[in-house]
Amino acid sequence: MIQSIPATPRTVPPEADAGDRQAHVACQDFSFYYGDNQAVKNVTLDFPSYQVTAIIGPSGCGKSTLLRSINRMNDLIPGSRTSGKMLFDGQEIYGPRLDVVTLRRRIGMVFQKPNPFPKSILNNIAYGRRLHDRLDKGELMATVETSLKRAGLWDEVKDRLEDNALSLSGGQQQRLCIARALAVDPEILLMDEPTSALDPRATARIEDLIAELRGRYTIIIVTHNMQQAARVSDFTAFLYEGNLIEYGQTARMFTKPSEKRTEDYMTGRFG
Amino acid sequence: MDLQARKLFDRSLTGVSIMAVILMVLALLVLLTPIFSRGLGAFFFSGTSEFRRLSLEQFNRGNAQAVAAESRAVTEARRPVFAMLAAFEEELDGLDANRRRELRTQLKEITGLLRELLGPLPGELDAVMLRQQYGQTRWDRAMVKLRRILFSEQWDHSDPNRMGKKVLVSRRQSFAGTRLEALFPYLEKNLGRMLQPRFTFYWRFLTDKSLDSHFFGGIWPEVLGTIYLTLGAMLLAIPFGIIAAIYLSEFAAGGRLVSLLRVCISTLAGVPSIVFGLFGLAFFINTLRLSSSKSVLAGSATLALLILPTIIRASEEALKAVPRAYKEAALSLGASPLRMVLTVLLPAALPGILTGIIISMGRAAGETAPIIFTAAVSVGQPLKLWETLSQPTPALPWNIYNLATEHQAVDEIRHVQFGMVLTLVLLVLLLNLAAILIRARISKKMRG
Ligand SMILES: Nc1ncnc2c1ncn2[C@@H]1O[C@H](COP(=O)(O)OP(=O)(O)OP(=O)(O)O)[C@@H](O)[C@H]1O
Ligand SMILES: [Mg+2]
Repeated sequence: MIQSIPATPRTVPPEADAGDRQAHVACQDFSFYYGDNQAVKNVTLDFPSYQVTAIIGPSGCGKSTLLRSINRMNDLIPGSRTSGKMLFDGQEIYGPRLDVVTLRRRIGMVFQKPNPFPKSILNNIAYGRRLHDRLDKGELMATVETSLKRAGLWDEVKDRLEDNALSLSGGQQQRLCIARALAVDPEILLMDEPTSALDPRATARIEDLIAELRGRYTIIIVTHNMQQAARVSDFTAFLYEGNLIEYGQTARMFTKPSEKRTEDYMTGRFG
Repeated sequence: MDLQARKLFDRSLTGVSIMAVILMVLALLVLLTPIFSRGLGAFFFSGTSEFRRLSLEQFNRGNAQAVAAESRAVTEARRPVFAMLAAFEEELDGLDANRRRELRTQLKEITGLLRELLGPLPGELDAVMLRQQYGQTRWDRAMVKLRRILFSEQWDHSDPNRMGKKVLVSRRQSFAGTRLEALFPYLEKNLGRMLQPRFTFYWRFLTDKSLDSHFFGGIWPEVLGTIYLTLGAMLLAIPFGIIAAIYLSEFAAGGRLVSLLRVCISTLAGVPSIVFGLFGLAFFINTLRLSSSKSVLAGSATLALLILPTIIRASEEALKAVPRAYKEAALSLGASPLRMVLTVLLPAALPGILTGIIISMGRAAGETAPIIFTAAVSVGQPLKLWETLSQPTPALPWNIYNLATEHQAVDEIRHVQFGMVLTLVLLVLLLNLAAILIRARISKKMRG
């Protein structure tokens, strides 16, 4: 009953530019402030549907802040505020009528350090589903299986679903977190340096996974690793001190960056 | 500081710490050994035929035929004692006046002691007080009485420069030549036959009501009262404590009001418990009129206030120690803050919260001062559940104090007092042990 992930045809020819495509999330002159500190400065940027977009930039440039603004994870920080617009499917994310719970159900997130709950593998995956629907056991198990298969973890854990998730290896834990996010059937997956706590093998595994998920989800990934951005993303945004310096197709950005600072950063001259 | 000196310093520090720990353990042993050895005496002792008669008559326990048979044997063994008494009384009138006066006083003492030792003398009317209807139920107490029959205490004031000295005078000598002389060797030799001491394990000491203010029976009213008070306090303090902790750690913005609140909580934790007792009386009973006078309800509420700061602080610490990552994961999956608290935060903080709860449970069980004015009485029956709303109750900590200071016959009920102490200490130790085990279990489960 579990469908292998179909190799989705690219929705756009690779040469087309970001602007041509329907935006899943769109920032319009968007700024984010921690008190007086403007961490994201007037960014205007479209994240295209069902593509992988990488956000790169030196440490402290506001990558995480921008990413976490999309599912409003920074809401709770005292003294924080936003200006400009952030649209999700045309709906204002910071609008007064938006329901944060629904927003976060539709926009999943994977964190830098694997953070499974100290519960069983099964309950980790089921957690999100249980929040939103009342499911019977069969439906729940189907969800668990589908999500784990999508995250490429099913074969490794299918016999130990009742084990504590913390008994998995770091890489497995991160894939479990991806599966947990997928279980609530989001449209967008936000990833904040998802491999920075993992070894190269586990990293490769996650990168393969991102390639498999591409086309089914809109993926926005923050990374410090240039090669990773080049390998997994269709589009790349380069942030510097809160400003969006350059944004475009990954292939072009990495070969012919139009901004000097982008080139310097990519070639390791700073950052 | 050079390396040599630092090493020396290090080593002396280690030595001092080890000494401190050893001292603490020794102090604990010194404290616990008598509590255990004497407290166990309330449960394990050599019980006499009087004990078995009492069990049958008052608690309807034991084999009636066996007790009757034992009664006959005992009566048989006691007969010569009473015969000698009667014979001596006749003889007494014939003695010369001085000796008569002296021996009559002693005789009175002896009859009194015999009554305490063996129960009512033949032909006496049934006494009103239960303590007068039975002899010594415990062999150790019987031996004490025996000694007082065999020897009279007299004060030696011969040296006017010194305090009077207590001397024991053998009554056998005082009565030499009379018909009572034979009583003393007879008692000494045959007391065993008169009381039939047998090893007794009286576990029902815990669950028996007390008879005649603890002369006989067990400590169930106190045990039950302590259970009621403790559970009541927990019932009130746990929900408030945890909710307050959740508010403080998760939802309270760090304003001035919240800092003030925290200061209040810390201060509350340092208030002497007798003040809580007075407050409980003034507030719960006199102002709120929870009950017309002392009651378990008022006592529980007072104890709840006493332990609230501990529960709040332990819970807050535990909640704060939960990694942010768990909270963020839950929120990112679309959990509302409340849902996140209930499904992720509380379960993860549970070991810490439970530890706080159980430690304060031990505290509530053992506190005396807060219940003096609000809940505790010295004598009372075990309460029914609904009676806790309006009735006061005896309780272990209060009655330990009460038995030691205000009972009419402290020496007679020492074993009860120690039994209570042991019960209370065990209760608190068990609660703490449970805390440790539960904590270990849950954290192990979480670690996977
Ligand atoms: N919770 C916060 N409160 C106040 N300032 C913050 C907070 N989080 C981040 N900042 C500030 O916002 C700026 C951007 O931080 P952000 O975490 O978005 O950077 P980043 O690009 O993700 O860096 P890194 O690559 O190190 O993760 C930094 O100057 C940081 O000091
Ligand atoms: Mg970051």
